[in-house]
Amino acid sequence: MAQKDVTGQPSVQELIAKSNSKKQKKVIEKLIPFILLLIASVSVLTTIGIVFTLIVETVIFFTKVPVLEFLFGTEWFPFANTEQQFGILPLVVGTLKVTVIAAIVAVPFGIASAIFLSEYASENLRRVIKPILEVLAGIPTIVYGFFALTFVTPLLQQFIPDLKIFNALSPGIVVGIMILPMIASLSEDAMTSVPNSIREGALAMGSTKLEVALKVVLPAALSGIVASVVLALSRAIGETMIVSLAGGSTPKFDWDVTDSIQTMTAYIVQVSSGDAGYGTTIYYSIYSVGFTLFLFTLLMNYLAHVISKKYREEY
Amino acid sequence: MKYIDHNSVVKRMNSRLIVNRILKTLFFLATLFALLTIAVLFYRIITQGVGYLTPEFFQNFGSRFPAKAGVKAALVGSIWLMCVVAPVSLILGVGTAIYLEEYAKKNKLNDFIRMNISNLSGVPSVVFGLLGLTIFVRALSLGNSILAAGFTMSLLILPVIIVAAQEAIRAVPKEVREASYGMGATKWQTITKVVLPSAIPGILTGAILALSRAIGETAPLIVIGVPVIIQFLPENLLSQFTALPMQIYDWAKRPQLEFQNVAAAGILVLMMFLIIMNSIAVFIRNKFQKRY
Repeated sequence: MAQKDVTGQPSVQELIAKSNSKKQKKVIEKLIPFILLLIASVSVLTTIGIVFTLIVETVIFFTKVPVLEFLFGTEWFPFANTEQQFGILPLVVGTLKVTVIAAIVAVPFGIASAIFLSEYASENLRRVIKPILEVLAGIPTIVYGFFALTFVTPLLQQFIPDLKIFNALSPGIVVGIMILPMIASLSEDAMTSVPNSIREGALAMGSTKLEVALKVVLPAALSGIVASVVLALSRAIGETMIVSLAGGSTPKFDWDVTDSIQTMTAYIVQVSSGDAGYGTTIYYSIYSVGFTLFLFTLLMNYLAHVISKKYREEY
Repeated sequence: MKYIDHNSVVKRMNSRLIVNRILKTLFFLATLFALLTIAVLFYRIITQGVGYLTPEFFQNFGSRFPAKAGVKAALVGSIWLMCVVAPVSLILGVGTAIYLEEYAKKNKLNDFIRMNISNLSGVPSVVFGLLGLTIFVRALSLGNSILAAGFTMSLLILPVIIVAAQEAIRAVPKEVREASYGMGATKWQTITKVVLPSAIPGILTGAILALSRAIGETAPLIVIGVPVIIQFLPENLLSQFTALPMQIYDWAKRPQLEFQNVAAAGILVLMMFLIIMNSIAVFIRNKFQKRY
């Protein structure tokens, strides 16, 4: 038995022995990892829930609408009284229009900003600009949607008189502005991770900064840049509020960007904010559209992952 | 003997230097484009909305008349929503992060959990809405209540919180943990009394940023079927409610021009909400962040 010290307090050995003998503590130590694993499995259950939900409801949808009609049909008239049409291509085309316009805006501006920030800007300037870009990335999409509808569209109408109130151009541009910070910031990360020794080597050979940026840094960081673009475009495909507010609700199978369109996301919103009765074909159609959307984004995220893993240059 | 013709070098270099300068300017202008957009956006919304930002705007419910429309129900609804999202997403997110950083061994299951989290963060928010509609609104029959919306939002921001918490936990140095073990502490004691206290500023900063994303999200709420015009305040977690972005969406959609200004005022309220939350995050980061 350990002796008590002069102050009458129990000795350290006693305390340790006491604490080790507590059965409760041992049970807790055993139980905690298990509880935490259960909590961690929520994220897995979420994925399973998403996939399961989408597949089950989509299968029900396909008992009402033939798969081939859905995949290759060029007419999307779910609200028609007599002959409903469920061909998803118009919605896909609407989504693509917005995404392509967004890419045309975001890719050059994003990569140019990334080059400027990583190769030209002073440390001080970078410290000012990067947080502002983060603010841009943190603005809720509903605000962007409002901006597209009330500012960008009227502005564009001054140059393009034929532009309808709802069109593909304005939300496309604004979605591009929304994903721009993502491309700029991820590409800048990729470019900053290119080691300075390579830059200095090129500079010592007499290259200008531009040549270093375009011929040395850009190729070395290409995998990261391409991955950032793919990731950002996947975000553009899934973007909902901007296209719901400024894109309109007329699914069309053409390449006109001045006229009203409808994207996959906007269709889901349109049906949800109306009263599509539970169990109707229209109700199930939002799941089939959601599933298509999910597959698109999953594919692109996977692509981004593969690009950044496989083609990464190691230094 | 002269090997290098100085003049031709200057001539050649000059054009390259000029191109360098031109492109540098272009790159700078491209960067400026983003900054300019943000300035225009804020300027527009403030000039449009500030006139409608009266005390009555905070006291009135939604209305068919622009002059009488207010954000009371939406603001209170958003706060209620946060009261569900904050605890649920924090418990799930921090729990997962502790598991992955402290307990998870390197095996297939844990690799799968990690990969799954990064995949989940790429799923569009509208798809989370579909999940919420099926599971929470219909299968668990919570209806379009605060609880159903809160759970959906929690799952939406879960990946962000997990990653932030993982980074914060990883930043606690190994030596501190080992000192704790050396004093006879068990693993769980070390986690709760040593690791978490020093990781909490990082976790909270990440969590607040994730929560401010949840405040601004609209699409999942629409899909769940959250109503817009509500003339009462929620009483409990199963009440119907509306939220700020829903209200803004409804106003922005209306054809009358005045409602655009009301929407701008609503956006200003939402932005103030966000600015307050972000300032808290920055404050916590600066005040409590320990550097090892």
